[in-house]
Amino acid sequence: MTGALAAILQRDIRLALRQGGGAALGLVFFLLIVTMTPLAIGPDPALLARIGPAMLWLAAVLSILLGLDRLFQADVEDGSLQQMRLSSAPLELVVLAKATAHWLVTGLPLVIAAPVYGLLLALSPVAMLAVTITLLIGTPALVFIGATGAALTSGMRRGGLLLAILSLPLMTPVLIFGVSATMAALDGLTPFRTPILALAALSLFSMVVGCAASAAALRAND
Amino acid sequence: MILTASNLSCRRGGRLIFRDISFRVASGSALVVTGDNGAGKSSLIAMIAGLLTPAEGEIALSGDPEQTPGELIGLMAHRDGLKPSLTVQENLSWARNLLGASAMDIDEALLAVGLSHAIAMPVEHLSAGQRRRVSLARLLSCSRPIWLMDEPAGALDQRAIRGLTGLMQRHLAEGGIIVAATHQPLGIDDAQTLHLAPPPVDAGDEEPFWEDDDCEDELLMGYAPARAGQ
Repeated sequence: MTGALAAILQRDIRLALRQGGGAALGLVFFLLIVTMTPLAIGPDPALLARIGPAMLWLAAVLSILLGLDRLFQADVEDGSLQQMRLSSAPLELVVLAKATAHWLVTGLPLVIAAPVYGLLLALSPVAMLAVTITLLIGTPALVFIGATGAALTSGMRRGGLLLAILSLPLMTPVLIFGVSATMAALDGLTPFRTPILALAALSLFSMVVGCAASAAALRAND
Repeated sequence: MILTASNLSCRRGGRLIFRDISFRVASGSALVVTGDNGAGKSSLIAMIAGLLTPAEGEIALSGDPEQTPGELIGLMAHRDGLKPSLTVQENLSWARNLLGASAMDIDEALLAVGLSHAIAMPVEHLSAGQRRRVSLARLLSCSRPIWLMDEPAGALDQRAIRGLTGLMQRHLAEGGIIVAATHQPLGIDDAQTLHLAPPPVDAGDEEPFWEDDDCEDELLMGYAPARAGQ
């Protein structure tokens, strides 16, 4: 069973990195939003530094949403989901492997790129660190919440819009806690611990619920 | 090992596709499922694979209702289950990790289906018939004794069909089970056949609304049989 899950994880990473796989899509989209922000708002370093963490978080949410629609759809279309359902691993763990692979190729690059992109928004070193830590803890929640939406819309030809409408309301608490944890780290007045623990709880909770819900949605699709 | 199905019914989109299908296939024997388009051949295959829940009836292994065939099944479905951007080798080794490897390795399986030269080719460059053969090579190289095959001969040329028959015979001789849905004769010796026919109209729970005389003309829009006096 572990072998089957490792094979799924490895194959999904390989597919994403191969030509046309779309691993760079989110990262480039993230860069586009971040570079356009100072051009739209104006070169005021104080203002940019104040809204920077929120911009980075917004950009991360949107970039993750961008690549999610193909998470299960491609496997449904070419029949590899049927093969995965015949493996000894339960479908919930198949979803866990696929979503983890998706986070490794779309979420983790955002976390790594965040401090570099933070330079464009005139963030202080503390702010960069805070954004990176909150994104590292919060992006898995975004991927697992989105996975449920992706599973529900996997049978649809143009499910991207519905996926966004279904997932964004559930992603909002993650965004709120992510930004408030970053702000708490910056101003030093409010406690940093509370929002960061809430963010971690959201990630763990959506990992468990998201896998079960996605598996149920995929089973119902057939 | 005996695969049995008792009183299976299939309902899709509220419509009864077939009902009261029963069969019994033992190790070393094959069941060939025939029927018109839409008769439910693929649905039956999906039910045996456990991908579709029967509306009624059950599928069991060796007469034990607790045991389901799930992990013994190798599926050659209508959709090949191959990733276009990965090579034949990568696709097959993924399937072997996923489903369990058989004694036959990838090279031998590809040799058996006549695709040794394509091992390093991405699947997107293969023709439909070649993809079908890769799918067959997957059955050969994975350790799944029950083969479910949906139109295995589709897109294959005559020579490849003879090769397919030979490989299926060999699998049966080794004690495997095959359930194949097909339109064309596969030439397997003493295979049972199961013909899926649409259930009679009164078999449904409810009378279809188009049976109602009043709305017939509007609904059938000229397809209605001509009546006397018109």
